[in-house]
Amino acid sequence: MGEAIVITSGKGGVGKTTTTANIGTSLALMDKKVCLIDTDIGLRNLDVVMGLENRIVYDIVDVVQGRCKLKQALIKDKRFEYLSLLPAAQTSDKSAVTPEGMREIIKELKTEYDYIIIDCPAGIEQGFQNAVAGADKAIVVTTPEKSSVRDADRIIGLLEKEDMDAPTLIINRIRKHMMKNGDMLEIDEIVQILSIDLIGIVLDDDEVIKASNHGEPVAFQPNTKASIAYRNIARRILGESVPLQSLDDETGMFQKVKRFFGIRS
Amino acid sequence: MQETKQKNYVTIKGTRDGLTLFIDDRCSFTDACRELVDKLSVNIVQKDEPVVPVTVKLGNRFIYEDQKKQLEEIITKDNHFTVQSLDSNVILRDEALAFLDDTEVKVITRIVRSGQVLEIKGDLLLIGDVNPGGNVVSTGNIYIMGSLHGVAHAGVNGDRNAIIAASYMNPSQLRIADHISRAPDYESDGVYMECGLIDDEKDKIVIDRIQVLAHKRKSLNRFERRLING
Repeated sequence: MGEAIVITSGKGGVGKTTTTANIGTSLALMDKKVCLIDTDIGLRNLDVVMGLENRIVYDIVDVVQGRCKLKQALIKDKRFEYLSLLPAAQTSDKSAVTPEGMREIIKELKTEYDYIIIDCPAGIEQGFQNAVAGADKAIVVTTPEKSSVRDADRIIGLLEKEDMDAPTLIINRIRKHMMKNGDMLEIDEIVQILSIDLIGIVLDDDEVIKASNHGEPVAFQPNTKASIAYRNIARRILGESVPLQSLDDETGMFQKVKRFFGIRS
Repeated sequence: MQETKQKNYVTIKGTRDGLTLFIDDRCSFTDACRELVDKLSVNIVQKDEPVVPVTVKLGNRFIYEDQKKQLEEIITKDNHFTVQSLDSNVILRDEALAFLDDTEVKVITRIVRSGQVLEIKGDLLLIGDVNPGGNVVSTGNIYIMGSLHGVAHAGVNGDRNAIIAASYMNPSQLRIADHISRAPDYESDGVYMECGLIDDEKDKIVIDRIQVLAHKRKSLNRFERRLING
């Protein structure tokens, strides 16, 4: 029986889709069977980031409305045997899918896959309700900006009402020089306000954008900072305890991070 | 036919502060009223007599609003009396429960996150934080064991004596009764163990150390405070 994890943030543009693609890829690299679901109906992106745009025949709305079988709509990744994508529709709007429909799809996928990663749209309306409906766990993505943290806080409040475990937190797009100068919120400040467990931090890295544009998630690359960060998040999802990695060789802000996690150098 | 029943339902006592009427709580209300009329009619008033305040002790008798009016009418008619209070040992069960609800300290452990509103009757003891964008509202005092970053509104029904105390005070707004104060526009650090209360001289909300409550809100720990503000 698999586990469904929803990636959400409230605010747009903090990197939900990139995170979904990379966590999915990282889990697949660790020989897990993974299915990605894009629930951002009308504004789908996940297929582009995964480089699978050209292969879409059916989408999630077709499945919910019974025009095709779930298996037909799933797109197999070009690199992994057991990485699939259920794309969102580009032509319908969010009301075309209901929470019940989502629950059924996820229930069916759980029999086949180890992890189902759901990419949530921005906002707290129907799209959010759909994405959250069938999930067992939630990961909240935020950036070190006030507005993004505020929205994450709101989302956590909404997630607490759902029947699932306490959400975990990814802090994305960290710019170390800005954090060092105090121009960005610090990691422990964010964790203190949101008071949920931190599952990973990801540095702002040009490689992420480059990789997304090539349709190859950055997690494939062996040793950029972002790819290591995503792979470590995947390992933590699998239950390993991984210290906040590769950032060790850095100075400045990373000293603070290390102090925060009790690592001495 | 002569009335033979014992006539001692109403006792009148004079005190320094005026008259006290004791009305027996075992007789019927009509009997008591009749006797009261009799007793009061004995006294013939002079025009220049000063107004005498009267306290009515009802014992364990419950009276309705219309009965209250009736009593007041009998006492004040043809006399220079004013009814100061009608004291009864009895209140309705619903009133008592509502009263308890208003005066209890409600203990709540949670985080009030952005967009959430926590509304409480009576005093609120929140064990947890109020995040930016979060809102706590109570009819009484607000005590927060945690950080207050959002908005807190104490004494929402107009209790100007209500206070807001927090372990870490960095609110975006404090509201007490109909007063509002907000954080300055520049970025500022919060303060530890402080409280907000209405300063009557300045007629605005001030933030001070928690210790000043011992002088400025002495009645905070007394049950009577709530009886009065009830």
